Amino acid sequence: MLLEVEDLHVEFRTRDGVARVLNGVGYHVSAGETVAVLGESGSGKSVTAQAIMGILDTPPAFVTRGSVRFRGEELLTASPERRRAIRAEGVAMIFQDALSALNPVFTVGFQIEEQLRLRRGMSRADARARAIELLDLVRIPAARQRVREYPHQFSGGMRQRAMIAMALALDPEVLIADEPTTALDVTVQAQIMDLLAEVQRERRMGLVLITHDLGVVAEVADRIVVMYAGRIVEQADAVSLFRAPGHPYTAALMRSLPRLDAKGAALETIRGLPPSLLRIPSGCPFHPRCPRAEDVCAARVPPDVPLGPGRSSACHFAEEVVGG
Amino acid sequence: MGRYVLRRLLQMVPVFVGTTFLIYVLVWAVPGDPFEGKCGERDCPASYITMMRERFNLDDPLLLQYWKYLVNLLQGDFGVTSSGVQVVDRIAATFPVTLRLALVALLVEAVIGITAGVVSGLRDRGFLDSLVLVSTLFLISIPVFVTGYAVQLVFGLQLGWIAPTVTTPTFGNLIVPGFVLASLSMAYVARLSRASIAENRRADYVRTALAKGLPTRRIVGVHLLRNSLIPVITFLGTDLGAFLGGAIVTEGIFNVPGVGGLVFRSILTKDGAMVTGVVTVLVLVYLLMTLLVDLLYAVLDPRIRYD
Repeated sequence: MLLEVEDLHVEFRTRDGVARVLNGVGYHVSAGETVAVLGESGSGKSVTAQAIMGILDTPPAFVTRGSVRFRGEELLTASPERRRAIRAEGVAMIFQDALSALNPVFTVGFQIEEQLRLRRGMSRADARARAIELLDLVRIPAARQRVREYPHQFSGGMRQRAMIAMALALDPEVLIADEPTTALDVTVQAQIMDLLAEVQRERRMGLVLITHDLGVVAEVADRIVVMYAGRIVEQADAVSLFRAPGHPYTAALMRSLPRLDAKGAALETIRGLPPSLLRIPSGCPFHPRCPRAEDVCAARVPPDVPLGPGRSSACHFAEEVVGG
Repeated sequence: MGRYVLRRLLQMVPVFVGTTFLIYVLVWAVPGDPFEGKCGERDCPASYITMMRERFNLDDPLLLQYWKYLVNLLQGDFGVTSSGVQVVDRIAATFPVTLRLALVALLVEAVIGITAGVVSGLRDRGFLDSLVLVSTLFLISIPVFVTGYAVQLVFGLQLGWIAPTVTTPTFGNLIVPGFVLASLSMAYVARLSRASIAENRRADYVRTALAKGLPTRRIVGVHLLRNSLIPVITFLGTDLGAFLGGAIVTEGIFNVPGVGGLVFRSILTKDGAMVTGVVTVLVLVYLLMTLLVDLLYAVLDPRIRYD
């Protein structure tokens, strides 16, 4: 097991009160495995990733409970130096908006090379050569010239490729991709996903793919983690999840996907809005929006109901849901 | 880039002509004869007045006067004062002093202002942050002549740490006047850097740098600082232009023989040739400084292109 997250609790202490952003999140990633973390905005996908990397903005964010382990080593209590050593070498991360995530005043090459020079002690020339190799690897044409260009001179897709190259520079064992294709147009999205899948296969990396796009998930994920209001509501391997969702929220997400065979019919939506994290509903946080909620849903937090190997759903009626 | 510089230099021509014309008119076309009262208690002899009027072309129409002045100017001839001193000589004697004072002030302003701004911007609402905010507010609220006289009184007269007036304008002797001159801008630089750092430290690229496992010193010193200082450096550039215009108050308090004092005295004695000459030089300096700042901006921020 490369990366394990267990019972992670994070809260944001704001002026308006304490927002419970993560309420016991746990998932794990093995080498060569792609885990997709699925959920709406505000469900805690990115915060989990930032907690793993140790790059939460503290304050306002505080990890209050839980465990993050890389190769069995606890990270939350590790020294700042140790955590820094694991960043990018052990676990690397790429971000959603590559334009703002890259530093506008430095060349793309500089931003790849500085890690190599600082952390691998490479000379300027060696680092430059390696940066060109990396840009080649992520299929940026004319890498030798483009290494000298600034992020704003790249197109959206090329920028995301450059960011992937940057994340791969120190050969990480786990790559966390936080909505890597959200800011891109559809054709470029597919190219970037193919690229990620390819480097993941070749390097046998663990890949955590954060997304709200079910379509993306279906193609590349081995396992899927569905998050809602800072909790994991369902975990399953991709095949069984798509065959029969085990949580009403997952089922609703899948129904809200446009389908070719339902052409002309109105697209289903999930009624209501995700809850405010300052006032998470009692019991099951999804119950105000759930089509099959009963009294018990508002009263008790549902346990993780096991639904076969590696599969669980946090729903009082999990077995009925998965059975159709 | 080259085309841009050329265009900017060409744009300077009308600005230069306009400003010098304005100053020429303000100085020479005011009512009253400029040479009356130049001879102490007595009226000036008619022969003197006639001679001077001729020397300064005062009997020509105003536009022609200005034209003659401009033609001479372009040949490097700034003219002579009413007492017969070459204007160029006086400028050459005072400008290096002003330049020295300006550089000292710029250094003070940049080093202290940026340091204070960065330190306070990195931690919002701490003791240091409040200290910087309050002390800069204090500096901004006090006029320079108060700061100047207070510093002179306390450090120069009471404590005796410095000479109260500058006898020889070396860099060392100009440190205290430089501090006084820089005090106001230093406060602005501190506040500008603070705001810029505070805004940029939550930027996505800082988070990326963190995720790359870079040490904090490098994240702040390279990634954050480089972005945050773009507005600060352009502010410093414009400020240097203002400093080079001479500091009438500061120079006056510390008796620094710079351009500011020269202009001030020339205005009092209605020495038109000197005033127009000095102001012309200052206009040129300021125009060049502004161009330099704009070019610097493109160097600092690669997103700015001038083609």
